[in-house]
Amino acid sequence: MKKKFKLIDLDCANCAAKMEEAIKQIDGVTDASVSFMTQKMMIEADDTVFDQVVEEAVKVIAKVEPDCQVVL
Amino acid sequence: MDRFTPKQKKELQLIGISFVLFVILMIAEHTGMFPDTVGGTLTLLLLYLVPYFIVGHDVVRKCLLGIKNRQLFDESFLMTLATIGAFGCREFGEAVAVMLFYQVGEFFQSYAVGKSRGSIADLMSMAADFANREAEDGSIEVIDPDDIEVGDILVIKPGEKVPTDGIVIEGSGLVNTSALTGESMPRLVSEGEQVISGCINGENLLRVRAEKEFDDCTVSQILELVEEASSRKSLTENFITRFARVYTPAVVIAAVILAFIPPLISGHFAAEFGEWVLRACTFLVISCPCALVISVPLAFFGGIGAASRSGVLVKGSNYLELLAGLDTVVSDKTGTLTEGKFRVAMIEAAEGYDTGDVVRYAAAAESGSTHPIAAAITEACEKPIAQSKIKDIQNIVGKGITAKAGRDKITVGNRGFLESEGIELPEAMAGTGGTECYVARNGKYIGTITVADMPKAGAKEAISAMLSAGVRNIVMLTGDSQKVASAVAEELGITDYRAELLPQDKVKAVEELLEALRKDSGGKDADKNRKRLAFIGDGINDAPVLSVADVGIAMGSLGSDAAIEAADVVIMDDDLRKIPTVMQIARKTLSISRQNIVFALFVKFMCLILGALGIANMWIAVFADVGVAVICILNSMRMLKKQQ
Repeated sequence: MKKKFKLIDLDCANCAAKMEEAIKQIDGVTDASVSFMTQKMMIEADDTVFDQVVEEAVKVIAKVEPDCQVVL
Repeated sequence: MDRFTPKQKKELQLIGISFVLFVILMIAEHTGMFPDTVGGTLTLLLLYLVPYFIVGHDVVRKCLLGIKNRQLFDESFLMTLATIGAFGCREFGEAVAVMLFYQVGEFFQSYAVGKSRGSIADLMSMAADFANREAEDGSIEVIDPDDIEVGDILVIKPGEKVPTDGIVIEGSGLVNTSALTGESMPRLVSEGEQVISGCINGENLLRVRAEKEFDDCTVSQILELVEEASSRKSLTENFITRFARVYTPAVVIAAVILAFIPPLISGHFAAEFGEWVLRACTFLVISCPCALVISVPLAFFGGIGAASRSGVLVKGSNYLELLAGLDTVVSDKTGTLTEGKFRVAMIEAAEGYDTGDVVRYAAAAESGSTHPIAAAITEACEKPIAQSKIKDIQNIVGKGITAKAGRDKITVGNRGFLESEGIELPEAMAGTGGTECYVARNGKYIGTITVADMPKAGAKEAISAMLSAGVRNIVMLTGDSQKVASAVAEELGITDYRAELLPQDKVKAVEELLEALRKDSGGKDADKNRKRLAFIGDGINDAPVLSVADVGIAMGSLGSDAAIEAADVVIMDDDLRKIPTVMQIARKTLSISRQNIVFALFVKFMCLILGALGIANMWIAVFADVGVAVICILNSMRMLKKQQ
């Protein structure tokens, strides 16, 4: 499954790159991208674990940039 | 002040207050209001901390959160560390100034980024915001395009955008397709024809039956592809990401070395340590790679946006990069370089007949045939043909046709066919690249009609523009005969062509050309270092060739899902001249990102050297950090400007 999420207050381009890197490391993720310009995140992961993956991704984002929020 | 977001306004206020306090304190400090005692210094420190926290509390907070989350080496952490270092060295003023400068820079950066996001949003505004759905009782309801269902009847008023792909069921008029094709020529649609989402309706009301849901319509697909394009990163972008990963830790380590090693070596550790710590702090300030990390992807995004505005969909930053440096362009002939439809190119009449007669007799004989050549001849005949007078049609496949029109016996066909009928023909003309149809009336030659698949308007121009844009080799592939191929190639100014190819031969031809490029580059990694090849096709039956080429370009694909799927670059309308245009855009994108990389790295390394020597202070370092970032962003924003 592939899904897009909007990100609010993603203020730093380097952080976006870090997030992308970290989300790609999550188990079950086949592809991910975090776009600083469009303020969007795309996650592609196995259907069975998709919800956990998203939860994990939200945590990762909070870690890298605490002010950034994911619109679920 | 409407151009700022609430967050930016707040930021601006904090910067203002902090700046005023900072100036007052500077004056107070330098006029000697604070005695050089422990008490005086402490008071001064506490007072300086006020503007410091007003402007920098967010940075310090993020830094603490970063430490908690083990995210060191981010900007906030580095800035906080650098300013604490300055405080520690009793450079209170400098610490506050650096934080202040940094925030001013960040403010400009966020403003510039916001601006470019706005421009991108404008680019993307080709989707309709609403749709008028007609209910069964004829009443009209305004709905969200997302709620359109297939089969809904939509009313599109003059000046409104077509919300989804559909078929016109009532009304006709001109629609403006410029958002999709970059073409200002309006397109005529009438009842029973397809209209594509994103077009702007002209002056007449159209009633349209929705054929697709909003998510599947052409505009949604395009928008999705453009958004996703930025995730297929170019080599330049990947280089920046890799560089950023190494650069920051390297500079931080260099800073630590700079703080400790020189004073240890000199032997006056206590006396000189403070000075070196300050220099190390300068390093920390410069260590963020933000200028590059923002501006390079922004340039590519702008490039993709500019291309889509001129009617070319580029499906990834990597393809944009490849387009800038194409070496070989391979093009299909029929339907790509030519119109893909036969037309009468030339008519020769024998003595006693005019060209109109020749066409009329030929058309009479051919009028019952569905052969493409027959269709071209019938189309060229201006007068209507009395079908009832035509009898005894005999169609000899691959040779020609005979028929009786009134009292006349007409023979139309190739040379061999007419000769076998015992008709005397003039000397064959020099090859014109078309198919010649000889026409005879009652056993006597009356003229020759040459039918050809004509080159598209602008094809020649496009070829020469590509050649002058640095393409070394243009190759035409076709299933047509050698003779036809050579005539078209000559007319278009193409020197290399392969004719009489079967579809699978085309793949082979492209692979051979790729192999030649590999050989050219020689050595190891020949596949990585070799020059690049693009294939242009109509996207309908050349998907395999499109995927073999480095860049697959599909033409005339407005509304064709298959072509959009198979190709890497999609030319929305039929205009070959868009290819040199998009190559131009690609080059500009690359040159802007190179300028940014060179400029940012140059300034940063200069500052590192000057900082290590103690010549550049932290103020200059802040410029090297955020100032350079703002300049690079502004440079990249040139890609977003409308270029005419």
